[in-house]
Amino acid sequence: MPNPVLQVENLVKRYGEVEAVRGVSFSVEQGEVFGLLGPNGAGKTSTIEVLEGLRVPDGGRISVCGLDPQKNPNELKREIGAALQSTSLPDKIRVSEALRLFASFYQRRRKPEELLKRFGLEEKREAFYSQLSGGQKQRLALAIALVNDPKVLFLDEPTAGLDPQVRREIYGIIEELKQDRKTIVLTTHYIEEAERLCDRVAIVDQGKLIAEGTPRQLKQRSANTARVEVRLAKQTENGALKGLDGVVDARELDGIYVLHCQRAAPTIVSLVKLLEATGNELVSLEIATPSLEDVFIELTGRRLRD
Amino acid sequence: MTNLLTLTRTRMVLALRNKMFFFFSVVMPLLFFFLYAGIFAKGDPNRVRFFLGPVLALNVMGSFWGLSATLVTFREQGILRRFHVAPVTASDLLASSVLANFILTLPTVTVVLLFARFIFHVRDLGNLLATFLFVCAGTVSFGSLGLVVASITNTMQETQVLNQLLWLPLIFLSGATFPLGYLPKVVQGISVFLPATYLVTGLQQATLFSKPMSELLVYFLALAFWSALSFFVAAQLFRWEPETKIPRNAKLWAAATIIPFLLLGIWEHGNGQMLKQGQEAHRTLEESYQPPSEARPKS
Repeated sequence: MPNPVLQVENLVKRYGEVEAVRGVSFSVEQGEVFGLLGPNGAGKTSTIEVLEGLRVPDGGRISVCGLDPQKNPNELKREIGAALQSTSLPDKIRVSEALRLFASFYQRRRKPEELLKRFGLEEKREAFYSQLSGGQKQRLALAIALVNDPKVLFLDEPTAGLDPQVRREIYGIIEELKQDRKTIVLTTHYIEEAERLCDRVAIVDQGKLIAEGTPRQLKQRSANTARVEVRLAKQTENGALKGLDGVVDARELDGIYVLHCQRAAPTIVSLVKLLEATGNELVSLEIATPSLEDVFIELTGRRLRD
Repeated sequence: MTNLLTLTRTRMVLALRNKMFFFFSVVMPLLFFFLYAGIFAKGDPNRVRFFLGPVLALNVMGSFWGLSATLVTFREQGILRRFHVAPVTASDLLASSVLANFILTLPTVTVVLLFARFIFHVRDLGNLLATFLFVCAGTVSFGSLGLVVASITNTMQETQVLNQLLWLPLIFLSGATFPLGYLPKVVQGISVFLPATYLVTGLQQATLFSKPMSELLVYFLALAFWSALSFFVAAQLFRWEPETKIPRNAKLWAAATIIPFLLLGIWEHGNGQMLKQGQEAHRTLEESYQPPSEARPKS
């Protein structure tokens, strides 16, 4: 039996004239990791902050743990945990003090000591917040988000701005939470993060939810296309590449030409012919299996990082 | 209630780790005290006693600098929004900053009184209970003023400009720096509209003349009412998010906190004793500077 912990129907959020979220609907089941994937400015943070009760929606119906964030803000805040995107703690608060302080706000709470241990912050317990590295700050944010043993955990861009090694460390932590059957809603603009961590992903663009499903289901949408990435000795025009056999879309990104095509082989043959004819040379060529990025490109005609 | 206590404790710990707090709340008031007691009073116990009220008032009034600055910084840095996602209310946060500031003001006030007693040999420190009550009303009301300042400014720069604009008239026109009786009549006329004047007078009457609370009740109640009003306005205008715009009517709300002292000032002009009390206090100071033979001519 499906058991939605969180339901969003037709959510609308405006900032003055700008409509940041334009009628988004989805639901999240108990124990599921649900990802909102989209470029910056897609409306992910606005959506998640409405669910957390931080922002007032301009339309739609929301239920989190059976509660309306606007009508029962305090009850809701006892049930949820959140790691926000743009936030901070006072510079001179010690790690252990911050955990104890936030624990004191809840009746149901986990022992700060346990959390310090679990998030590898034992050695930093006496350190000031200002002395922590980016990864340590994020681990502390996650520990604080879990301090009330929440029913739903909201993670807004949990690895944004972290270096790849630290990012993988955070993935490990989220995977552990997933094993504990925590319900998690996370936003991200990293393909890898969505594919690796999420049971289900909603692709969001310009305030709208444009596709939803498991990463595998979504990728199957692009199963009949291939991505060929080539580096050339001399620049060429996108127009010429678009005319190659089987190419659906061609664009240049940081010196790499990305070709989306039905099948790789005929496209590569016609590419080689074109290069010979124009006196150009191939520097490198890579055939990639479809990823969520391709799904996004297919749906919007843009890359996620645009 | 638990939230208020744990937040207050954290705010106190954070303040004690902050060098700026230490300078403005501990070093500065003591410097003022030694400046007044050593230079203006030339160490004379009676004159030191005259200056106790103004020195304590300056100490207490300084509250609004720290409180406004901290609240604005917390909002700018996104610290407030982290609390917003926890079951913490705006009143919890505001009340904890007022309470923490009050508790942290008490040691400096005590040290000033002890220095007066044991270094400058002021034998009688006056009505200590009344002094304590005015220190309470002063820290809470000026602390709340700081919270109102934070609610109508967006950045630290704006906050500091507004603080300066408030601070200068409050200290120069209230008797906190130049004695009330020494100020020109026109300035005295303005001074009755400033909350600082009521604080300075209350403290000075308690320390210098040991006046009972019953005679100082109007000043005390005015400050207490102003505290409640300012706190209420600050809670109404509280903003968690750095990008939330200041509501259009916010400045009107903030301006409304002036009303009690506007009314009281008008009443003081007609019936009040405050200016007379200030002049009386100042006479004792002036007499103490005159040579004994002139001050008390022998018949």
